[in-house]
Amino acid sequence: MKTDATHYGGHQDESDEIYEDSKVYMNIGPSHPATHGTLRVMVRLSGETIEKSISEMGYLHRGKEKIGENVTYHKFRPHTDRMNYCSSLANNVAYDMAIERVMGLEVPERTRYIRTICVEISRIIDHLICVGINAVDLGAFSFFLYGFHQREEAYTLIEMLCGARLTTTYTRVGGLGWEPPPEFLPALIKWLDGFEPVVAEMDKLLTDNKIWVDRTKGVGAFTREEALAYSFTGPCARASNVNIDLRRDQPDPLLKYGELDFEVPLGKNGDVYDRYLVRMEELRQSARMLRQLAAKCPDEGPIWVDDKRVVIPPKDRVYNSMEAMIHHFKFFMEGFDVPPGEAYTCIEGPNGELGFYVISKGGPMAWRMRVRAPSFWMYQGLDPMIKGEKIADLVASLGSINVIAGELDR
Amino acid sequence: MDRIELIWMGVKIGAVVFTMLSSVPVMVWVERRGSALMQNRLGPNRVGPLGILQAPVDVVKLLFKEDFIPAHVEKVIFVLAPAVLLIPAFMTFAVVPFAGDIAIDGKALHAQIADLDVGILYVLAISSLGVYGIIMAGWASNNKYSMIGSLRSSAQMISYELSLGLSVLGMIMMAESIHLRDIVAAQSGHIFGFLPRWGVFTQPIGFIVFLTASFAETNRLPFDLPEGESEIVAGYHTEYGAMKFALFFMAEYMNMLVASALISTLFFGGFQLLPGMGRLIDPTGALIAKFFTAGNPADWGRLALEAVSFSIKVGFFMWFFVWVRWTLPRFRYDQLMNLGWKVLFPLSLANLVVTAALMYLRVI
Repeated sequence: MKTDATHYGGHQDESDEIYEDSKVYMNIGPSHPATHGTLRVMVRLSGETIEKSISEMGYLHRGKEKIGENVTYHKFRPHTDRMNYCSSLANNVAYDMAIERVMGLEVPERTRYIRTICVEISRIIDHLICVGINAVDLGAFSFFLYGFHQREEAYTLIEMLCGARLTTTYTRVGGLGWEPPPEFLPALIKWLDGFEPVVAEMDKLLTDNKIWVDRTKGVGAFTREEALAYSFTGPCARASNVNIDLRRDQPDPLLKYGELDFEVPLGKNGDVYDRYLVRMEELRQSARMLRQLAAKCPDEGPIWVDDKRVVIPPKDRVYNSMEAMIHHFKFFMEGFDVPPGEAYTCIEGPNGELGFYVISKGGPMAWRMRVRAPSFWMYQGLDPMIKGEKIADLVASLGSINVIAGELDR
Repeated sequence: MDRIELIWMGVKIGAVVFTMLSSVPVMVWVERRGSALMQNRLGPNRVGPLGILQAPVDVVKLLFKEDFIPAHVEKVIFVLAPAVLLIPAFMTFAVVPFAGDIAIDGKALHAQIADLDVGILYVLAISSLGVYGIIMAGWASNNKYSMIGSLRSSAQMISYELSLGLSVLGMIMMAESIHLRDIVAAQSGHIFGFLPRWGVFTQPIGFIVFLTASFAETNRLPFDLPEGESEIVAGYHTEYGAMKFALFFMAEYMNMLVASALISTLFFGGFQLLPGMGRLIDPTGALIAKFFTAGNPADWGRLALEAVSFSIKVGFFMWFFVWVRWTLPRFRYDQLMNLGWKVLFPLSLANLVVTAALMYLRVI
């Protein structure tokens, strides 16, 4: 089969050279069933073994960070939904925490609980997708749908919070978009009652399955050193026996992890199987955390910080007083002023360290907006991970590091 | 060949071809509803009662789609490939007996389209022809995914054909015949007084090897590497669309049907009545005698029940194929080879040796 080297971009340098005579080159992506989102991996094959690969990104680049510097702070929030669209609530929380840090705001207790609940629900959703899709790629379709059903139920919970299922835009600077309805916490407990047996069932279906173990053990293995060298965070790092978890190591006082009792699962070999096990255990731990949070979260109490700069004036004041009307108008037309300063906040997102770095030079727009998306680091590790493995292992590895293209390219 | 034999032959061919063709939409429906049942979904439920008309409607859609042939393919082979895959699947069924004999005017008629002397050898020979269709499709598509898919398929076929053949040998030795009808007849009676003398009880290892190998032969999960969805897109039929794709799809279900029929025939007593069905022979015969009279009504009753019994066994294994597909993940290429050559092949050889030794010692 003829392969023309000029087809491959036109911008590769010597070190990226993949072409050699009489070898088979294959494109995995950008439009391929194994790439969830638009990724591209160019592989040089010897039989079915991958001799060399070049992974490419940027197919979903939408300039989100630049947009963040050109729209007001609250107009950027919907854009954070569309980064890691599997866990948009976590993005919302991390983003608003960054701006609150610049402004020096401290949200009330109740909001902290609800935000922590949000992050944990989105972690469950994200992990369900990741292990499910990973299983689909290896042919285990039923496993995926067991999880997906629970994921839909979780989206129904999120719908109770903000009316949207996927793109939530729930948090606000200094508060939350809407007060959670009184039936939210009971519904959460009810969902957890249904969710935990399903995780046990999924565990029974796949964890000891001989074919699954054979397919995943030793595949895409990353040692501790490699994981550190590639700045892995989150479940992938923990699978490689790097003992980091921001929830435990840096419990942010504005989220409630310090009060919770949970364990951080660790893997040994850093292969696909360990990543799967770590994620499955984190599902159980997240459910455990959610139970504790639901018990502790107050039913009543303010959700907004007491600061006129970021709080929308109540409607009856807007309609009945001139000052509130002007405030309301200017708030939505111009945005709110953030004092000069900079802040970086990171939370333990579902995939790893999820950080927002904001520099303000005053005014309603950020001067610099930078997102530290964990997928970006994981994707760099794909090439060394799959070297010398089979095509089928590429698919398994790619699924297990859970690259979300929206977050990778931003 | 006189008139009765001619009519009987026509009836047999008509019945078998009709059943095989109509089993495809039924199986598609069973597969979709069955998988939905396993996955807490509903499955197709809009077209007709319980969605039973979904498959015919899909066929109509596929018939009316544009028969597109990409520009870069090898046209003749590209068009030929689906037929090459489908026809052997049909042909294999010719030697499978689906009921016992019946005597009309002193002539013994077989419920088997072709009573060939080579019997099981014909099955093995024809069923391995199907892989040419896959190789042709992969090569003619001029596409790397297709090529890799068809290479996988040929490697898989070579590795599993051997174990498949060897696992049957034990049954052939015990029946002392390669006629499928003789193999079925050898499975009559009981062992230990209660267990039917089916191949699955007398040749358990042969059965397991045959079952595994037939999964590989039919390219179903966990051995669906030639399709390898999510790795190599759709494998050998990536470039196919419309009815040509549907032919590949049909061939998969035909192969499933043939494999189930062979498993039933070789290891589950074939058309022999299921335990407890014997007492239904007379009422069924009486029922049939109301419609036409030729030969002995009780014989017709037995024949009908044998066909039903065979269909139940085949149906169970068809369901088993569906069941396994939606439960297990897929093997990797090298693991598949390991399983074929390092596990199944020695196992079937050992089974052969043990069977031969036991037969020499007259234990069985």
